[in-house]
Amino acid sequence: MQKNYIIAGVGGQGILSMAAIIDVTAMNSGLYVKQAEVHGMSQRGGSVEAHLRISDTEIFSDIIPLGEADCIIATEPMEALRYIPFLKEHGTIITASKSLINCANYPDKEVLDKELQSKIHCITIDADAIALSCGSIKTSNIVILGAASNYLGIDEAQYIQAIKTLFASKGTDIVNMNICAFSKGREYKN
Amino acid sequence: MNKKLLLGAEAVAVAAIDAGISGVYAYPGTPSTEITTYIQNSAEAREKNIHSRWSANEKTAYEAALGMSYSGKRALICMKHVGLNVAADAFINSAITGCNGGMVLLVADDPSMHSSQNEQDTRMYGKFAYLPLLEPSNQQELYDAVKYAFDFSEKISLPIIVRVTTRLSHSRAVVVQSDKRPQNALNPSTQENSWILLPANARKNYANLLEKQTQLLEESEQSFLNKSIQGSGNIGVIAFGIAYNYAMEIKTTHALDCGVLKISHYPLPLKTIEAFVKNYKTIVIAEEGYPIYEELLPAYFPHTTFVGRLTGALPRMGELNPKLLGESLGITLPVHHASSDIVVPRPPQLCQGCGHRDLFEELNHILEKYEHKHVFSDIGCYTLGALPPFNTISTCVDMGASITMAKGAADAGLHPAICVIGDSTFTHSGMTGLLDAVNDESSITVIISDNSTTAMTGGQDSSGTGKLYDICKGIGVLPEHIHLVVPIKKNREHNIRILSQEIEYKGVSVIISQRECVQVAIRNQKKS
Ligand SMILES: Cc1ncc(C[n+]2csc(CCOP(=O)(O)OP(=O)(O)O)c2C)c(N)n1
Ligand code: SF4
Repeated sequence: MQKNYIIAGVGGQGILSMAAIIDVTAMNSGLYVKQAEVHGMSQRGGSVEAHLRISDTEIFSDIIPLGEADCIIATEPMEALRYIPFLKEHGTIITASKSLINCANYPDKEVLDKELQSKIHCITIDADAIALSCGSIKTSNIVILGAASNYLGIDEAQYIQAIKTLFASKGTDIVNMNICAFSKGREYKN
Repeated sequence: MNKKLLLGAEAVAVAAIDAGISGVYAYPGTPSTEITTYIQNSAEAREKNIHSRWSANEKTAYEAALGMSYSGKRALICMKHVGLNVAADAFINSAITGCNGGMVLLVADDPSMHSSQNEQDTRMYGKFAYLPLLEPSNQQELYDAVKYAFDFSEKISLPIIVRVTTRLSHSRAVVVQSDKRPQNALNPSTQENSWILLPANARKNYANLLEKQTQLLEESEQSFLNKSIQGSGNIGVIAFGIAYNYAMEIKTTHALDCGVLKISHYPLPLKTIEAFVKNYKTIVIAEEGYPIYEELLPAYFPHTTFVGRLTGALPRMGELNPKLLGESLGITLPVHHASSDIVVPRPPQLCQGCGHRDLFEELNHILEKYEHKHVFSDIGCYTLGALPPFNTISTCVDMGASITMAKGAADAGLHPAICVIGDSTFTHSGMTGLLDAVNDESSITVIISDNSTTAMTGGQDSSGTGKLYDICKGIGVLPEHIHLVVPIKKNREHNIRILSQEIEYKGVSVIISQRECVQVAIRNQKKS
């Protein structure tokens, strides 16, 4: 078994927390994990990506080879599209529907949606609305993660455990909000 | 068994603590920063009283570590690749003095220049100084290599370099910790002559260093970091450091019959290489960095064909990856979904509410009336003033160069000669340049954009916080030409007046434009 995920978004959208939850979940399930992330310059509102690989055998490359990503998990639709050359032929995109426009020449929303839906199996989610219903828009990234978890294998309970561990220092309210976001994301049907 | 999910950078930190360091000395720089931050935040390190405060620059860091080593204790030094240019004098000479307590220099290179000015290859520095260099390929190896490096350093009485690249430093994997070792007791060196590099001593020490090369080579030949995987085909890959991962990825996924030799320990183990090379017709040289050994090896093995960055089998510059290694071995990775041409770049930006923004707006306003609109600048968040909507700055070369370049331009007759430098960059290497300008009474306007942090690399403490005014005054800038301004909308007219006036002053003036970094403010708020 080997699974490759690209997690993509914009600096500040919580890409690294999403990756961390999958990492811990995979490690606790006894799997090999490699996760390459982008620090530095890109965090000030630039594109951010993480390459995440989990496997039951040794993983060599920290970067996912082209054409071998099972899923692109994105918090922003144009960022989802940025990495499609990495996607497997029958790979899946799970992305938040809301655009974050902080650069010149951002594509027209309709064109963007059409591009996403036309070629690829793509699930778009109004993650902000679901996150708000859990108490904070800041959990949008976890909603996306919940929806993506349907495609990643590994028990739901393991994810919940990882969320509890990673957010424990922030208090029970934050933990519960994130669990709510994860579960509602997981139940989401396109 | 203690298992942890660690970034490469964090694996270095954990290894150094486990190896019994008494101090880490560093100046921030992507992708090396997280090593020191990890140690600063580690309760264990605090309990053990391990020094971890940031140094003013890489040279002061290196020399402090050398002093700790002189005293018999172990020290780790961390920097990004260009930092070693700053520390180079201390570094090269420390190969001549040798060390007492174990000393490991961790340098993080940045092929593809993800966040750097160049992609210089630290392995060159290893050769240059005649020091051993380790280049592990994964996080576990990195942990093991750092611990080994401290022991080896003490055994051979030389500093050891460990080179990582962005990919390894910023990639996470599970690391298993091994035994912890206590710190060394205070045990100052008694070999006085070897530390006093008067020519007579230096010659003796240098001869000694050259003599040690045989021993260093033997160590490389037996290194646990090198690994040979024989293949049945005609092609062999010599993969250096992390390039091994890409070669193995392609070999295993596509069931190739090529051999792979991983080299992670220098000086180059030629016997190991010879034993490998003789089994193949063609050798692909995969180096994550300069084609240093691709230039060298063909002379040793005239009957073998070598391909790599110099022959076009791999690109001449930039980071390697599975796709590129695949192509060098005749495998094209499939692209099922072509890039979409509606996707546009999303460059990083100055945060909303950042004081650098207001400063650039003020400067742009002032410069409208000048023919020459050149602003010498430096490295930090404020370098983003090069991008729209500001387009304010004209230069960014190396840390501290803004002040000295403005001075040289003023000497050449350029007016105005304005420079913008961050507070951390100023204390890193701007102060000496300011002294030159003061001594020469150069007509320059120095703007220190002071956000009281090292923001670019994630908001580390800045050495000069609260001291900038006094430093400038002490260097000899006249107090009436040192101004403190706060770059907010409300003060815009006032700031423009002061800046305009000082730009016309025929001498050195310093404007400290002071406003807290919003990211640090948010972080501090969360903490309290
Ligand atoms: C010799 C060297 N060391 C380190 C770095 C990495 N680096 C770039 S800018 C910077 C600090 C910038 O801090 P400051 O001048 O205060 O500006 P700010 O980012 O806070 O605006 C650092 C550490 C570098 N480019 N060169
Ligand atoms: S991190 Fe701080 S200094 Fe950098 S752009 Fe944001 S507010 Fe400005």
